[in-house]
Parts: sequence; structure tokens; C-alpha cells
Amino acid sequence: MRINCPNCGDRDVREFHYRGSAKLLNRPAPDAGEAAFVDYVYLRENPAGLNRELWFHEMGCRSWIVAQRNMSTHEFAGTELARNAKRGAK
Amino acid sequence: MSRLTTGGQIDRSQKIAFQFDGRTFQGFKGDTLASALLANDVRLVGRSFKYHRPRGILTAGSEEPNALMQMGLGDQTTPNVRATTQELHDGLIAASQNRFPSLAFDLLSVNDLMAPFFSAGFYYKTFMWPKSFWEKLYEPIIRRAAGLGALSGKADTALYDKAFAFCDLLVIGAGPAGLMAALTAAKGGLDVILADEDFTLGGRLNSETFEIDGQPGRDWAAATVAELAAMDNVRLMARTTVTGAYDGGTYGALERVSHHLSTPPKDRPLETFWRIVAKRAILAGGAIERPIAFPNNDRPGVMMAAAVRSYANRFAVAPGKAVSVFTNNDDGHRTARDLVALGITVAAVIDTRREAPYGEGYPVLKGAEVTDTKGRLGLREVIVRTESGQKTIKTDCLAVSGGWNPSVHLTCHMNGRPVWREDIAAFVPVENAIPGLLTVGAALGDFSTHAALATGQKAAATVLAEMGKTTSAEKLPKAEDAPIALAPFWHVKGTKGRAWLDMQNDVTTKDIVLAHQENFRSVEHMKRYTTLGMATDQGKTANMGALAIMADLTGRSIPQTGTTTFRPPYTPVAMGALGAHGAGKGFAPERLLPSDTVGRELNAHFIELGLWYRPSLYPLAGETHWRHTCDREVRMVRGTVGITDVTPLGKIDIQGPDAATLLDRVYTNSFSTLPIGKVRYGLMLREDGAVLDDGTTARFGENHYVLTATGGAAGLVMTHLEFCTQVLWPELDVSVFSVTDQWAQYSIAGPKARDLVNALVDDPVTNESFPYMSCGEAMIGGVKARLFRISFSGELGYEIAVPARYGDALARALGEQAKALGGGWYGLEALNVLRIEKGLLTHAEIDGRVTPDDLGLGKMVSGKKDCVGKTLSGRGAMLAEDREQLVALKIPGEVNAFSGGGHLFKVGEKMITANDQGHITSHCFSPTLGHPIALALLKNGRARTGEKLVMKDYARNLEITCEVCAPVHLDPKGENLRA
Repeated sequence: MRINCPNCGDRDVREFHYRGSAKLLNRPAPDAGEAAFVDYVYLRENPAGLNRELWFHEMGCRSWIVAQRNMSTHEFAGTELARNAKRGAK
Repeated sequence: MSRLTTGGQIDRSQKIAFQFDGRTFQGFKGDTLASALLANDVRLVGRSFKYHRPRGILTAGSEEPNALMQMGLGDQTTPNVRATTQELHDGLIAASQNRFPSLAFDLLSVNDLMAPFFSAGFYYKTFMWPKSFWEKLYEPIIRRAAGLGALSGKADTALYDKAFAFCDLLVIGAGPAGLMAALTAAKGGLDVILADEDFTLGGRLNSETFEIDGQPGRDWAAATVAELAAMDNVRLMARTTVTGAYDGGTYGALERVSHHLSTPPKDRPLETFWRIVAKRAILAGGAIERPIAFPNNDRPGVMMAAAVRSYANRFAVAPGKAVSVFTNNDDGHRTARDLVALGITVAAVIDTRREAPYGEGYPVLKGAEVTDTKGRLGLREVIVRTESGQKTIKTDCLAVSGGWNPSVHLTCHMNGRPVWREDIAAFVPVENAIPGLLTVGAALGDFSTHAALATGQKAAATVLAEMGKTTSAEKLPKAEDAPIALAPFWHVKGTKGRAWLDMQNDVTTKDIVLAHQENFRSVEHMKRYTTLGMATDQGKTANMGALAIMADLTGRSIPQTGTTTFRPPYTPVAMGALGAHGAGKGFAPERLLPSDTVGRELNAHFIELGLWYRPSLYPLAGETHWRHTCDREVRMVRGTVGITDVTPLGKIDIQGPDAATLLDRVYTNSFSTLPIGKVRYGLMLREDGAVLDDGTTARFGENHYVLTATGGAAGLVMTHLEFCTQVLWPELDVSVFSVTDQWAQYSIAGPKARDLVNALVDDPVTNESFPYMSCGEAMIGGVKARLFRISFSGELGYEIAVPARYGDALARALGEQAKALGGGWYGLEALNVLRIEKGLLTHAEIDGRVTPDDLGLGKMVSGKKDCVGKTLSGRGAMLAEDREQLVALKIPGEVNAFSGGGHLFKVGEKMITANDQGHITSHCFSPTLGHPIALALLKNGRARTGEKLVMKDYARNLEITCEVCAPVHLDPKGENLRA
């Protein structure tokens, strides 16, 4: 599997660490309460299709990356730096 | 000798001597081990897996089920090497497998007579009773009898390599289709890799007598290969099997780099495992001829017809003196014609079709079937059922052709299922099963040479167009175009005796019938019940026949029956190749301390901890037990002064206007309130509320902190901080950088620690000028150092950090001054005792499950601010009273000892899981207190001080009574720290 790191280009999957859903970008407000944090930490969708998820280019530039990956075919529909994704989301 | 006097792609001027089963033979350059054995009239080459039946060479390719060899001697021995793909070289040593005492006389061939007991599923039925016999009797016997080759039992010292390659187009297979595709694509300007498992590129053209453009096919192949080799944008990879297709255009490929060399250069790997990243791929993997099942079809001398043509045409070997052919298609006749042309006698062509063609110089039996064979260690005659009655034909080689199966394997590696083509009675690849991969030629079910060339050219043109290149108008070379004429025929019915399907795993047609009877009718169940296709050849010649029989038995069609799942690798790959450079230091690199040389000069004992090699003990002359050394080092620290290298502590430099904000958000306690020049102990949580790590963080400036993480968790903490700064709060203006390797850091502990520090620093410190939990810069011999007043021992303590290049010099200076003060170095063992005596934590306690409250640190979670993990650490269950809490334990006296991982029970209660009260996390003998102590996680532990408990360690069979006490054994008020 190849992942396109926005900094380093197309790289082998072994350089990356998988962290799961990009839902982690949206940490609840400090006073959001227990239920919101339980949802944030534990509850995940399992779509048979595109999933927005976090990869860490651990053995490369150490960037956290938001990728769109098709969970059925492993095809990537796009990647961007998490810091940009987070800023863009605002 | 069966070697023909002329012809073939062997070099008769280069004679090669080799050994098989201790006897020396001769072959030629260009031979495989199989062709050389056949040339020397060696037909019996192995014994079968289960029944120890005599077996001969069946094929001429990587699909070979029978001719598996043990290659080489000693620790370099390799089992299960296919003689049909092993190139002959001088000094090659091969041995047959699965026989004792000799190949011709094998004791375990008695299994063959006991066949009724060894039918499919026999493991599940035969060795059931009595139960206790399994481990002691049945299993050892089965283990000795089973298996193919043997491992040396020694570490593999061979060199393996791994490599990456990138290309526009990967062409898999260098037969006519692959060559044509590669040539077309290369001329169009693409970067092309052409890989083929054979050592001579050309595929079937090397083994057939076809012509292309009026010249022999093999000459056309050689000329095309030469043309490709001369192009800069082409990489030819012979001896390279593409073993798997993976996501994103990645292909695995095994290159056999040195197996064909007598004395390979020492630095040259035996094999290289390639990861080829290709924008596009063309599969031109050809097809594998399939056998027909009939009774006793496994005798040496029964071969695939295509293999017979390979041995005769390519290797100039007559596979028999009187060859017969059993076929359901025209390829059988081609075999006979080729043999006749070479002057080899063809006894008969036995064609299952009534409408079979007439023979050209050989007799044909139409509508005939082979019903049995004779010959104990090699074929002597075949029994044929014809419309006019039974016939016996004297023959020493029977060439069998049941049609061709396209090599669809790679197209199925990403869940693709092949589709059935009725006209050729075979499965062909489904389109787009692997993104970016096109299939051509025989692999697509187009079996003529013309079709191979045409589909190869067309696929390359498609790829060129997709990649924005133009195809030069090349004429397609002319080749024969005989349509395939075949009548499906899988096995001879109405016969007695066992007909073999899977020769490598000894599966017969009867086993399939049995699987059906016992309701293992899905192909996946059938496979696992009979072990069909589960040996090293993965049933390349076996699976289709079994499917056809199961389809017949169930009344379903073959496509309804379906195939089992093809998985990588296509052919076996040595673990050594897959894990190249991943053994030893490649798996676990060594990280050496700045004081490594000093430690070695002092004969320290080293242990590996998180890849760092750290001294565990600095033994002195006369110390015979590790405890002597450890106890002395502990007393030294408590009595005078000790020094130790703490460089492996994770050091993370945090700078920027928002550094304080970041730390407030990742630590449970506040760091924005920390004055410059001060150090604070902090606790870090995961978002789920469990403790991630603890450690001290020092503030060197308004916007500059240095965080320390536990050595083993340094990477984890760094990743966590990068997650926080990039994913959670990218708006923070702060940078985090790991500087663990940049700073050498030493801990100085003991009542005389300040004396030692002041002996080195330019400006001496006092308790008032540099109190407990201070940090600052200091000059040591002209070098700017960082000084911390912190302690992991409970004693007056300092840590000094200098740039790593001064680490050795500082270690030597510290050692000298410590000695002058009556102190010295202490190792990890003493460090551990010192911190247990003081109730300080490591990741033995912070085990990923504990909360701040469990550790008695609940008050460290600030109520004034948020931090990662705060909300979830406050969940009811995370604070429940019956959770395991950190306590200390002691045993009176010096005799008994705790046991790491030992579990705690109430006195008098049954020691079972349901009554478990907790477990020991760390323990030691305390030389300071004179008895063993431990840290433990104990249910509601803080309320149980003074209670007696039983510790039980079932693994070591230890049981002792101990007493709960407060977690800090020594100096609970911390007066020593502040002295």
C-alpha cells in the first residue's frame, strides 16, 4: 500500500502508523461532559466505503495526515496535513 | 543416458558435476536439476508425503509437486527446493526427501498398505482414544513421520536482501505475450520491468517448436530479450517470481540471486525480496497444464505432456525410450509429433475423444482411457480401455495432458474471483480484479502464440494510451494460430485403485468422494478436510481436478462449485527473504550510552532496556552474586554518593509562546504557573483517562520547557505531543522536538551529591541558591551544562546534562570525583531498589490501566483547567473504591522473597481468580530496611494498611505471607531530598 504524504510524496505504508478515524480532530469542548467524550474516544463508524482517518508519518516527516480511504478497496481518495484539515474545518 | 546428441538450450561444452543422494552425476550448463537427473536416467526422485509412494518428476516448472529436494549441507541446507526450477551448477548437492533408509527401500512405505486408515480426515478420527495418548504417543509419531524436507535446526547464516523498485509498467512473465508487451511499452517510452521466474526468458517458446516470423520461437525470444536488454528504460529480472499483488500497485517479487552459483561472492545475497511499485502491470503468467486422474497415475515416468516437450526440446533429454501420451486435446498430439521429430519412439497416443486427429508417424487410440499403470519404482506399462477392449502398452513414460489452467493466481490476491469459460473449460481472470493490472495471453485463456503476441501488444498500447504516450506502429510478428480443440475430461471413471489428484499431499479422488459423503462439500471445507492444495505447491496441478469431481458429486457446475481462495505467495518465499535485515541488530538496533566505554572499562554488566544497553551492575572484585553488588551500590548512594547514566530518559524540548498552554493541556497539573528555573513533577493521561506517563518538566525560560519522559515511553510521549500540536490544537504557536540523543545526562544521588557537583561546576551551588526542584545552566570545564535538582532515589539528587559529545568526558570526571568522595557508579538494579524503597513509579506500575487515583495521585488532576483525559478519568468506575490501588508490601526477615507478577489473596481464602486481590508490580530486597519490599496494585489498597495477605505465584510455585504498608518506605517527609 502506498500513501501520499503531503510533505514527502508517495511512500510505502510501512513508514506510517495508523490511528483510526479522523473524528479525533474534533475533541469535545472541555465542559461537553462524559457522554461526549465517550463518543469521541470509543464510538466509530465502519463504513463500507470512504473513511476519513488519521495516519502518522512516523518513519518520515512525522506529520499527522488526514486521509480518505475506501475501506472496501483500500484506495485513497486524498490526503492532507491534519493541521490544515483542522484549520480548514473552522 | 537419455541425452539427445544434438539440440536443446544446453551448452555441451560446459560439463557440470553434481551429487544426488550421495552419487555423482554429470549435466550441462543450461540444465535444471530435474533435466540433468532425467538425462542420467534417474526417474525415482522422492517419496510422497503420507503414503511414501515412489514419485518421479511430473512437471518442468514451479508447479512441481513431487521432485522436492533437500539442497546443500549443514546450516545452509534448504528443504523443499523444486528440482524443476533449480539451475544446475558445479558442486550442487541434492538429496531426496521423506524416505528412510533409502529412496528405493523406504520403511514408511508400509503406510501405503495401511491406506484405509489414512484417508482424508484420519487425524480427526484415528488418534482420539485414550486422550492421554495424544501428547505422549500419537503426536510424536506423527510428527516424525509427517512433513517434507527437514530444517537444519541451526540459525540460517545466509545473507538475504530486500529492495524497492519503481516503474511505469511491470510485466509479469516473459513468454511471447510478456515479451511483446514489454517491447511495445518500452518502445513507447515507458519505464518497464520485465520479471520472469525462469533463468532463460522466453517462457514456453523455449520448450516448443513454434515459429515466429519464420524463425524458431526461441530465437525470436532471444532476439527480443537482447533488444530489450539494450534499452535504458527496461530492467530485465530473470530468476524473479512475482509472488503477490498488493494495494496501490505494489507487487512482491522474490529474486533468486545466488542459488545458481557454485561459489557466490560473500557479500552477494542468496535471495532478494523486491517490493515493486508499478503504475501499471501486465500479467503474462501463462497457463499450467492440468493432469487427468486415473488409477496409479503417480508412478515415476508419468509426466505432464508440456513437461515432456520441455525436456525433449529445451533440455535435449528423451524422457523415455517408448513414450505414450494420454490426452483430451490437440496438445497431446503436438507432444507426439515433437518426439517423433526428435527420433523418440511414441508407443501410442491415447485420446479420450472419439473425433481425435490421425497420428503423423504414431498410433492413436481414439475414445480410449488409461485405467491403470504398472511398475513398482517406475512406469513399465499402462492398461488402456478402448472401445474394442482392454490393451496393455509397454511404455516407460506417459505424457498426460488434460488441458490448460490460466495462471489466474495474482489476479485473485485482492479478493478477485476468476470466472469460468466454457469453451476452454477453465477459469480465467475477472477484469479489474487488481487495479491497474491487465491480463494477456494464456493467462487470459488465449492459448495460441498468435493470441499471446496480439494481446500483449494490445495491452501495452492500452497502457501507453492511458499514460499519455503514443504507440509506434509495429507490425505484429507472425505466428501459428491453432484454435484450442479440447473435450473436458477430468478423471477416468469406473475403475478401481487410487487415482491421485494432489501428489504433494497425497489426496486421491476417493478422498474427495469421502469429503462429499461426510458433507464437507463447500470447496473451502473440502480443501481443509482433505488437505488438497495445502502443500508447498498450493495445488497448482491438483485443484481443478478436485473441483470437477466435487461438482460432479454435488450435481453443480464447476463455476457454481467455485474455487478456493488464491493467496500470496505464488510460490514459497523463505522467511529469511521476507525478513531480510530484520534479524538480530536489524530487528533491534543497539543504542549505546555516552558512558558506554566507561561502563565497559569498569566491567559493568549490561542489559538491554528499550534498545538502550545500560549497566545493570558495576561489580567489584570479590563480588560473586549480583545481590552483593546491588546491595553495595544501594548503600553507597544512601551513605555517600552514586552516579548513573540517565541519558535514555526521553528529553523533549518545547519552545514557543504557547509552550505553557500546551503543557497545561497535556499534563493533569499546571505548568504555566511554574516559575522559570524550577522543575515540577507531572502526570500525563490518555484521553480515556488512564495514565500515559509521568516525569519532570523544567522551565528554562518564559517560552522554553524541557520535558522528561520515562525511557521506555519516550517515543509514545513524543508521538502524543505531536498528535496534540498537529491534530488537536494546530493553532498553538509551539514546537516540540526530541533531544534525547543530543544530551548526555547523569544522575548524582546521595548525601555527598552537592560536594560532587561543586567539584565540577565553575560556580558552586548551595541548598539556598539551588533548592530542591531547581533547574538552571551551569558551566563545567568551559561547557555549558544544564543542572537539575531532582531525585529518583529519595536522596539529595542532581542531574547534569551536557551535549552528548562531552558525555564520555563528563562521565570520567564524575567517576573520578565520586571515587574521591567514597562513592561511585551504580547500575539499573540499584536504581530500581532505590526507587522502590521510595515508592517511585515506573511503567511496571503505569501499566496502561491505572488512573491517577489508583496511583494515589488523584489530587494532581487540577480542578481549575481541562487536560487530555480529565473528563474520562473522572468517570465513576475510574474512581470506584474496589479498584486496585498502589500500595507497598513487606515481608519480615531476609529469607522469603516476592515474585514479580505474583497475585495477592486474603489469608485463608482459596487462591483462585475470583478471589484475586491484586498483584505485585515491582519488588526487591531492601538493603536499607533489611527485608524484602514490593509495590503492588491491591483492591481498595489504601484502606488496608497493616493487613496480612498471601502472595501466590503459580508459575514459580511460590507462596508467602506479607503485610500491606504505605507506598513510601523511606523518609516519607522527604527531608533528605531537601537537605
